[in-house]
Amino acid sequence: MSTATSHPNSAAHEHAVEHHHEPGFWQKYIFSTDHKMIGIQYGLTSLGFLLFGFFLVMCMRFQLANPGAPIPVFGRLLEAILGDTAKGGVISGDLYNSFGAMHGTIMVFLAVVPLAFGAFGNYVTPLQIGAPDMAFPRLNMASYHLFFWGGVLMLASFFVPGGTAKSGWTSYSPLATIAEFEKPFNGQTMWLIGMVTLITSSLLGAVNFITTIIQLRARGMSWMRLPFFVWAQFVTGFLLLLAFPPLEAAGVLQLADNLFHTSFFLPNGLVISGQQLPVSGGGSPLLWQHLFWFLGHPEVYVLILPAMGVVSEIIANNTRKPLWGYKSMVYATMSIGFLSFIVWAHHMYLTGMGTKVSTFFQTTTMMISIPSVMILTALFVSLWGGSIRFNTPMLFALAFLPMFGIGGLTGLPLGFNASDIYLHDSYYVIGHFHYVVAPGTIFGLFAGIYFWYPKMTGRYMSEILGKIHFWFSLIGMNLIFAPMFIQGIKGMSRRMADGGTTYFGADDIALTLNKSITHAGVLLALAQIPFIINIFMSIRTGKKVENDNPWGATTLDWATPTPPPHGNFTSEPVVYRGPYEYSAPGAKLDYLPQDKKP
Amino acid sequence: MEIPYTYKPRPDTGLYNAKVGIWLFLASEIMLFGALFSSYILLRVQAPMGEWPKVAGAWPQGLLNIPIGTFNTAVLITSSVTVVLAWAALKMNNFKAFRRYMVVTLVCAFGFLGIKSYEYNEKFTHYELRLKSGEAMTGHLEVNGKHPGFWDFGSIYNLARLEKEKVTEIKFTADPVKPKSGEKHADSASHAHEAKTYALGDIAKLDAFVLRNHTFFAIYFVITALHGLHVLGGALVLGYFAFPGSSMWKSNPEQFTNRIEVAGLFWHFVDLVWIFLFPVVYLL
Repeated sequence: MSTATSHPNSAAHEHAVEHHHEPGFWQKYIFSTDHKMIGIQYGLTSLGFLLFGFFLVMCMRFQLANPGAPIPVFGRLLEAILGDTAKGGVISGDLYNSFGAMHGTIMVFLAVVPLAFGAFGNYVTPLQIGAPDMAFPRLNMASYHLFFWGGVLMLASFFVPGGTAKSGWTSYSPLATIAEFEKPFNGQTMWLIGMVTLITSSLLGAVNFITTIIQLRARGMSWMRLPFFVWAQFVTGFLLLLAFPPLEAAGVLQLADNLFHTSFFLPNGLVISGQQLPVSGGGSPLLWQHLFWFLGHPEVYVLILPAMGVVSEIIANNTRKPLWGYKSMVYATMSIGFLSFIVWAHHMYLTGMGTKVSTFFQTTTMMISIPSVMILTALFVSLWGGSIRFNTPMLFALAFLPMFGIGGLTGLPLGFNASDIYLHDSYYVIGHFHYVVAPGTIFGLFAGIYFWYPKMTGRYMSEILGKIHFWFSLIGMNLIFAPMFIQGIKGMSRRMADGGTTYFGADDIALTLNKSITHAGVLLALAQIPFIINIFMSIRTGKKVENDNPWGATTLDWATPTPPPHGNFTSEPVVYRGPYEYSAPGAKLDYLPQDKKP
Repeated sequence: MEIPYTYKPRPDTGLYNAKVGIWLFLASEIMLFGALFSSYILLRVQAPMGEWPKVAGAWPQGLLNIPIGTFNTAVLITSSVTVVLAWAALKMNNFKAFRRYMVVTLVCAFGFLGIKSYEYNEKFTHYELRLKSGEAMTGHLEVNGKHPGFWDFGSIYNLARLEKEKVTEIKFTADPVKPKSGEKHADSASHAHEAKTYALGDIAKLDAFVLRNHTFFAIYFVITALHGLHVLGGALVLGYFAFPGSSMWKSNPEQFTNRIEVAGLFWHFVDLVWIFLFPVVYLL
């Protein structure tokens, strides 16, 4: 069967007869069990959260550049909604802490992970392995709804008395418990309940993904014929499955600390404002950190692996070459999966856990950089000698490589115990992980949106708007995050609401950079406008795809009708070859789809 | 296309979808309880040495009722056996035996929860009293002539609450001091079960055996409650399969048998958690 031609109507019609009932609005859009609709639900919801998280940080950035000045445009609104903490439209210290905590939480748990795993994983994985749907469609639906309501709980926490969580996205104890000790039902408690809901959601998702990939691969789809994207999702699934439950346990324990005044994470003799806290004590704040970072570090790879998967697909497709070192990339991904469970305490060098423990985690941290570099190298080498098509998805995919590279390499000094002591909790850390996640992961995901949009809608996204989006985002991101390394090395702490004006060590350069970073933030915000226009306009006005496989891709997701119907494939796909047979010598076309008979 | 392998095993893995799913789910459950057990170990290791309640903050030992715990372990293991027998009965096409074994399983499950709640109540009505003179004891409390009743959360007292309610004195019946190994038993029995009156001003700490009292109680109640919720959830699922859900036996016996197998796997896991929990919390 040739994938380059549109499927004849008769086949599609036959398929429609098979599932003759036409679902109503609620069944089709809200309580859908179809992996594609759930993927789109995840995608739109998480993009909304991404925008909201970005809004929060823009308020913070404005405050950093202009301490004490009212927020333009949105200041009045914030005051009307949040009351005294935003008096006169000025971000107070308390509100700054809240926004910081919620920016982190929303970006990690409600925006990037759901977009990378929930949206792309859901939409693309079953298509790429040749499956009609996920293994457990109803669990899939439950997973989305839990995610949605967990997110709603998090947002609702802005409106409880005392405001939302303000103890950072890491929710460190004892701060998280004592911040509002008198009122047990506070923003932090809602944060914890929301988090437990989100963890349950991702647990259901992970079980579903792994089962689907193990059980529903099409005939002939052996493990080493899986597209790299599927491998990335597979390992991500295991990370979510095994790393999240300890945080769920920790969340339950901290919830008990907040609601029942237990002392799991409260040490002996805790004194607040000169008064001893009326709790039994005997707990350990370090225990929280261990449990949190046991999730926290695998979570980093949950953020990055799906983006690597997306980028690999796009690079192979647009260089018209097989991925260089596909197998080593697969093994590297598995090694990352294993190693990511034994590096967590490199976030805790400054806690005084002891040099021996630090040395162990420093060693494992250096080890995990090896497979990461392997993947990045393989992707770089894949470019070599290709006739590269510079379309929008490819531009984002290409930018991912150096951006993630910078993010990864600047992480090495943080992985070393000795240099981390100086850099810890400075703006250097912020620069480092944002390079990994923002121009790294998010660029990878943007690439994926531009790449699979034609499959979802039957139309391309606008190339012109896409390129404006790309170039200004790239410039904006670098102008934001690169100066943070300088600020961090100058010793600027990451938690100062006034941007360091009261910090004796902050010199003019660091303070000037605060302003320039904020201007770049505005540029980045403006650069997203063409993207938002593009994503909605192109549904109606975008250029129509010529056939079901407009990019000339090899993987099975392009062997479906456009957009794929319920059940995905018109006939059972059979796989005969590896995932990236581009430019095979002697072949008529420059690509051999996986389901093309030899 | 329909989703394949919903109940027929996939040839190369030899498993149907739900079986892969439940094993993965159990893996994550191991991580969940693993984290809680690790927390237990860490909290216990860093507690000060000594004998509780004499040494404040030391790890209490021997507070839990071992005979009852042992009996409850037996109850749960029995239910684990009967759930396998129920599955085997289905495999042998004997639906009546299946239902009989399921009923036994359910009786065991709710029996376990009943016994556990009795144990909980024993703790909620048991108190630690610490006097300003340094004397410390455990026992039962009488406030205004009343003993706290069964599952009566409103009558759990602590010092702050007594002060707020302007109670001036309490009666306290201390537990008999446990004889150390080798000591004679006679001395301790003499002054047991005598209620003594203490003025509130002499009391440094008074609290029931509830979560806030001590990290031991906190972790004990959190782990056993979470385990209890698993028992309850498993029992509800098994109950559904035993009665309303069993109509599937007629329409698709193979899938129904698989469902019992999957639910049974979860049930064994719940049992297994208890088998670790019992020695760690009760015996060690």
